Amino acid sequence: MSSLLKKNWWKVITVILLVYTIIGGLLFEVPRLAILNETIRALFFHVPMWFGMLILLTISVVYSIKYLRAPSQMVDNYAIEFANTGIVFGVLGILTGSLWANFTWGTFWTSDPKLNGAAIAMLIYFAYLILRNSLDDEQQRAKISAIYNVFAFATLIPLLFILPRLTDSLHPGNGGNPGFNSYDLDSKLRLVFYPAVIGWALFGVWLASLRLRARVINQKINEKIEEQYNQPSESHTGLPAGHSV
Amino acid sequence: MLWKEIKLLVRKEIVLEWRQRYAFNSILLYVVSAVFVCFLSFNLQRGALNVVTWNALFWIIMLFAAINAIAKSFTQEQYGRQIYYYTISSPQGIILSKMLYNVGLMLILAFTCLSVYTLVMGNDIQHWGLFMVNLFLGAIGFSSSLTMVSGIASKTNNSSTLMAILGFPIIIPMLLMVIRVSKNAIDGLDISVSYDDLIILVAINVIVATVSYILFPYLWRS
Repeated sequence: MSSLLKKNWWKVITVILLVYTIIGGLLFEVPRLAILNETIRALFFHVPMWFGMLILLTISVVYSIKYLRAPSQMVDNYAIEFANTGIVFGVLGILTGSLWANFTWGTFWTSDPKLNGAAIAMLIYFAYLILRNSLDDEQQRAKISAIYNVFAFATLIPLLFILPRLTDSLHPGNGGNPGFNSYDLDSKLRLVFYPAVIGWALFGVWLASLRLRARVINQKINEKIEEQYNQPSESHTGLPAGHSV
Repeated sequence: MLWKEIKLLVRKEIVLEWRQRYAFNSILLYVVSAVFVCFLSFNLQRGALNVVTWNALFWIIMLFAAINAIAKSFTQEQYGRQIYYYTISSPQGIILSKMLYNVGLMLILAFTCLSVYTLVMGNDIQHWGLFMVNLFLGAIGFSSSLTMVSGIASKTNNSSTLMAILGFPIIIPMLLMVIRVSKNAIDGLDISVSYDDLIILVAINVIVATVSYILFPYLWRS
C-alpha cells in the first residue's frame, strides 16, 4: 500500500475523473423527472460520498486489525488518517444529502434508515476520536483505539441489516420507490455516475495519503526536537544547548 | 478448565459485591429514583401513558441504569489487584466472568425497574412470556456489549463520560430490536410475529460476545 500511495499515475486519473465529473455532472443532459428536476445532478456529488466513506472506514479497520497483530506506529498512522478522511466524507455526505432532501422531500432530516445509519456511524467515529484524545501514552492510545475501532465496526454491520426493517426508506430502491435503474434507462446518468464514484473514492485515498505524510513529517520533527533536548543531558536541565537558565 | 475459572471468578465478583453493598444498593436506588422522576415529570395518572411512550421510556431508563451499573466493572478494583488477576487467570476467563456477572446484575435491575415502573405507571403487557424472554435477551445484550466498552473506557482518564459516548452508538442496534419486540409483547401479538426479531437479537448478542472474547486479550495485555 505504501509504495502505491507514492505513485503518481492514480492521482492523474483522479484529477481527470473529477474534472470530468464536475463538467459532465453540471452540463450533460439528465433525465427530466418530476420533483427531482435538475437536483438529480446531486447524485454525482452526494452518493459517491457514501461509497468513499465506507471504503475509507473499511481501510481504517483493516489497519486497526493489522495493528493488533503486529503493533507499529506507521500502521496506527494509517488507521487514524483513513478514519479522519472517512469522517470528512461522512459529514459531507450528510450535508449534501440533507440539502438535497430539503428540495425533494421537503425536509432536512427524516427517520430514514440510511440517514440514521450514517448518523450512528458518525457518532461512533467521533467517539473514536475522543477516545484517542483522552489517552496520553502513545502505544496505549494506538492499541485501545484499534480495539474500539474493530469492536464498533463489528456492531455497525448488523445495524445496516436491522435499520431497513424498522422504517421504510425514501431512498431509491427501498420501500416501494423505484431504484436507479428505472431513472437512467438511457444510461446517461451512469456515464457520469460510475466515474464519479471511482474519482471521489480515489480522491479520499489521496487526501488520506497527504494527511499521512504530514503526520509522519510531524512525528519526525518531534523526534528531532526530542533528540536535541536530550543531547546535552549531562547538564541535567533537559533544555537545548545554549539555553542558559 | 476455563469453565472452572469462570465459576470461581463469578463467585469472587458476587462476594466482593456483597461485602461492599453500597455500590449495588446505589444502582438499585438509581433505578427507582429515575422511574419516579419520570413519573413526576410526565405528571401522570396511573396508566395514562400511551404504549409507545411507556415502552421507549422503560428501555431508556434501563439503558442509563445499565451504563451506570456496568461502568464500574473494571474501575472498582485497584490497579495492583488487577495485575494480580493478570498473573493468575486467563483474559477469556476474566471477560466471560464479568459478562456473566453483569447479566445477573442486569436481570435484578430489570425486575426492580419493571416492578417499580408497573407500580407507578401501570402496564398493559399482554404477552408476558415474550416480554420476559425479551427482557432476558436484552440483559444479556446490554451486559455483553457494555462490559467490553467499560474495559476500554477504564483505561482512560475520564472514564464515566467516555463510557456513555462509546457505549451509545454500539448499543443502538440492540436497543432498537429490544424495543421492537417489547412493543409486540405489550400489544399481545403472537410470538411467531417476533421470531425474526428474536433471532436477530440472539445473533447480535453472539456477534458482540464473540468479538469481545477475541479482542479482550489485547486490551488486557496493555
